[in-house]
Amino acid sequence: MAAGAAGPGPGSGPGDSPEGPEAEAPERRRKAHGMLKLYYGLSEGETAGRPPGSDPLDPTDLNGAHFDPEVYLDKLRRECPLAQLMDSETDMVRQIRALDSDMQTLVYENYNKFISATDTIRKMKNDFRKMEDEMDRLATNMAVITDFSARISATLQDRHERITKLAGVHALLRKLQFLFELPSCLTKCVELGAYGQAVRYQGRARAVLQQYQHLPSFRAIQDDCQVITARLAQQLRQRFREGGSGAPEQAECVELLLALGEPAEELCAEFLEHARGRLEAELRSLEAELGPSPPAPDVLEFTDHGGSGFVGGLCQVASAYQELFAAQGPAGAEKLAAFARELGGRYFALVERRLAQEQGSGDNSLLVRALDRFHRRLRAPGALLAAAGLAEAATEIVERVARERLGHHLQGLRAAFLGCLTDVRQALAAPRLAGKEGPGLAELLANVASSILSHIKASLAAVHLFTAKEVSFSNKPYFRGEFCSQGVREGLIVGFIRSMCQTAQSFCDSPGEKGGATPPALLLLLSRLCLDYETATISYILTLTDEQFLVQDQSPVTPVSALCAEARETARRLLTHYVKVQGLVISQMLRKSVETRDWLSTLEPRNVRAVMKRVVEDTTAIDVQVGLLYEEGVRKAQSSDSSKRTFSVYSSSRQQGRYAPSYTPSAPMDTNLLSNIQKLFSERIDVFSPVEFNKVSVLTGIIKISLKTLLECVRLRTFGRFGLQQVQVDCHFLQLYLWRFVADEELVHLLLDEVVASAALRCPDPVPMEPSVVEVICERG
Amino acid sequence: MPKELEPGSHESPDDSSSTAHSLELLCHLDDTAHGSTACVTWEPTGDGKKVISLADNHILLWDLQESSGQAVLASSASLEGKGQLKFTSGRWSPHHAGTQVATASDTTVRGWDTRSMSQIYCIENAHGQLVRDLDFNPNKQYYLASCGDDCKVKFWDTRNVTEPVKTLEEHSHWVWSIRYNHSHDQLVLTGSSDSRVILSNMVSISSEPFGHLVDDDDLSDQEERRPEEKSQEPPRDGVIATYEEHEDSVYAADWSSADPWLFASLSYDGRLVINRVPRALKYHILL
Repeated sequence: MAAGAAGPGPGSGPGDSPEGPEAEAPERRRKAHGMLKLYYGLSEGETAGRPPGSDPLDPTDLNGAHFDPEVYLDKLRRECPLAQLMDSETDMVRQIRALDSDMQTLVYENYNKFISATDTIRKMKNDFRKMEDEMDRLATNMAVITDFSARISATLQDRHERITKLAGVHALLRKLQFLFELPSCLTKCVELGAYGQAVRYQGRARAVLQQYQHLPSFRAIQDDCQVITARLAQQLRQRFREGGSGAPEQAECVELLLALGEPAEELCAEFLEHARGRLEAELRSLEAELGPSPPAPDVLEFTDHGGSGFVGGLCQVASAYQELFAAQGPAGAEKLAAFARELGGRYFALVERRLAQEQGSGDNSLLVRALDRFHRRLRAPGALLAAAGLAEAATEIVERVARERLGHHLQGLRAAFLGCLTDVRQALAAPRLAGKEGPGLAELLANVASSILSHIKASLAAVHLFTAKEVSFSNKPYFRGEFCSQGVREGLIVGFIRSMCQTAQSFCDSPGEKGGATPPALLLLLSRLCLDYETATISYILTLTDEQFLVQDQSPVTPVSALCAEARETARRLLTHYVKVQGLVISQMLRKSVETRDWLSTLEPRNVRAVMKRVVEDTTAIDVQVGLLYEEGVRKAQSSDSSKRTFSVYSSSRQQGRYAPSYTPSAPMDTNLLSNIQKLFSERIDVFSPVEFNKVSVLTGIIKISLKTLLECVRLRTFGRFGLQQVQVDCHFLQLYLWRFVADEELVHLLLDEVVASAALRCPDPVPMEPSVVEVICERG
Repeated sequence: MPKELEPGSHESPDDSSSTAHSLELLCHLDDTAHGSTACVTWEPTGDGKKVISLADNHILLWDLQESSGQAVLASSASLEGKGQLKFTSGRWSPHHAGTQVATASDTTVRGWDTRSMSQIYCIENAHGQLVRDLDFNPNKQYYLASCGDDCKVKFWDTRNVTEPVKTLEEHSHWVWSIRYNHSHDQLVLTGSSDSRVILSNMVSISSEPFGHLVDDDDLSDQEERRPEEKSQEPPRDGVIATYEEHEDSVYAADWSSADPWLFASLSYDGRLVINRVPRALKYHILL
């Protein structure tokens, strides 16, 4: 019993004793934990629950697995005092009793369940016995059925064979009947016009008839059939040749004829011949539209017409041909390609003629749309007939037209530029008549610039249509690359700017160098225009172009800097020419005034000569004119003083340093010496030198030219005393008014000094006028 | 004015041989009826008895008669046209047996036949402004050089007067004088009121466009030098030298009649500058 008492201990597993004492609950939990721990590799001994020092193998542990009652008892007996032994004994007895009562309760509780289980088993035994009987009956029935079935199939065997044979005979008879009826059938079909049906019948029968033609009856049928077929073919051909029916019907005819075994070569030639006739009619109608009569439809309509009529027809022909004569192989394809090439060529020639008529018109969008349709239409036959190269030819035409359009636009731009120039000329001529000179020069410049720019933009926009995304040819390599870079950028824009520069430059080289041909104001305006182009407009236009036409081409393009340099050079030349022309105008006045006067017998000067006033007036006018377009520019610092002071310096130095001795005949060498020494220290004056882009430089240039002319003219004349004095007065007057225009007033002093000195040298009786008198005269005048 | 000029013009050709003689008035061209004389020029060949003078708009051909010491007006022609036409300059062509004279008036250059005193060619608008001077190429009979107030020097073929053969634009002011070298006509001398003298090399339109022509007598010498001459770069047209010794306008420039490599120029301030053709060029032309 001691072992039994130990049974429900922890060693025998907690599951079997659900009614175990409450004290065992933590022990069970620990056990579960212990298993988990074991699973995760932790040793049982580390668990805190077990009393330290206890050994699981200890045989004296009442709850251990290795419990040995003898050892335990021995140990108890040896170690414990009596009282404790007694206690142990009582305790043990109490525990055993408790276990006994637990076992009894269990048995009582589960008794009902045992009884019901026994009943169930007994019932099952009965049922199985019944089932066994029924299974036996089923087996016998199945055997009977099998037997019957075998007997029936044995009976039906030979019947079945006979039926199969009969069915075969029936089919054969049907075929034979079909063959015998074939001629009449064919005839009927031919009469009814059901050619397709007839050809199908004939096709079905042909092989059989071919095979059995050695039999007389079949032979007769075959002969009949052949006759009918021949007639059929005849009729088909007839219908085919009539040609009135459309392409699909013809194609059908050809298909039937082919099925009848007509020679394909011949048919294909004939087919093409018919197609040619039809397409040529289309071409003729197109040509009539093109004709000499002026009310030709617009180009869009024309290409539409051509596209639907000719190209559509060609497409039909090509696709029908390829379907019908696919068996012909490459030779047939070649024939078709040649056919398409020839007709396509004629069509292209017509289209080109029509497009050539369009060159003059300004409407790009219509043209582009027409070209787009034209190109789009030709893509279909192009795909069908790659060998004929229609699509390529169409692209080529489009490219050519695009190029021509570019040329046209360039012409247009040039014409617009020339038109602007004419306008400017008229505008310049008009106010002069009204008496007020060029107040609108700046506005004119702005007008010209904006008008040219708008023309350029309009042209760009028009040309841009060619590269629009929705246009079918815009993704061709030409339109993506060369058209943008070489055509638009180089040909149109750069070409125009170049031609503009050239046109402007041509004004400098005009044979009428006397200045009558070109109004000087125009030169000035063009010069400013070119300068503006150099500084801003060119780069703007080119950027605009590059943006609009995303130039992907790698071919070299003219850099902006080169164009700018060109424009600047043009501007400089124009301005230099302007200076020359204006200088010449004033020079001519001065020259006439010197050459036509009799200086020997002139009277004592009382006034400044009118021509000098005129010179000053003109110079002022030029100053105003240039000031409208060009900036002031830089003067030498010293010249910012008043004219009074410089005049006094000029006059006094001249008086004391130079003229006083020079006019005494006793010392003629001194004046030369002095003048030479002075010249040694002054810089050489380049009279016709290039000018800078500012007002002062321009005016300096003009005054230099004028005064140098005066100097040279004076040297060719001989002066009397009063003549010299007149020159003195004139020069002083000029000095008074001209210094303010020039960059370096020393220049004016120098040249005017030279004039007076030269006049003095050309005077047999050089007596200068008193400076004060000169001043008085000049101030009065 | 004319009175002073005439003896001067007479003396120059005579003077070249003997400078020691004092001047002596040989004869008097009586042209008072025709206005002021702009230019007098001798017949370049022949016995030196003919003189052309240009006075206002008249061209006068004088015959000098040594015996009588008188100048007889042989023939004359005058320029008609609107405005006051005046001759500014004239040259007698050394070719055509001295029958051609070229004159300049305003912007026009005209050629005259001295036998009939009629115009044979006319270069309208030869220069943009006044034509200042003319010279004939001494070796090419139809070639004429002109210069003027448009700062340009132009070379003409008188058989085709619509376009100049060549134009130079080196000066920065009026060109007053132009002279061909007497023997090497590629050398052209110009003087201008920009106080510069420019010596130009006009090989391409000279009588020796490909260097010195081989003469028969020194053929052997030339033969040896031929290869190196070939190797040299063909000479190009262009300015040989610009002489800036003058401080004032240069009004005259001319070649020495004794030494073909020597030339002189005269400016307003009275400075006479004598220069030589650069040695390298001289050898280049000669060899």
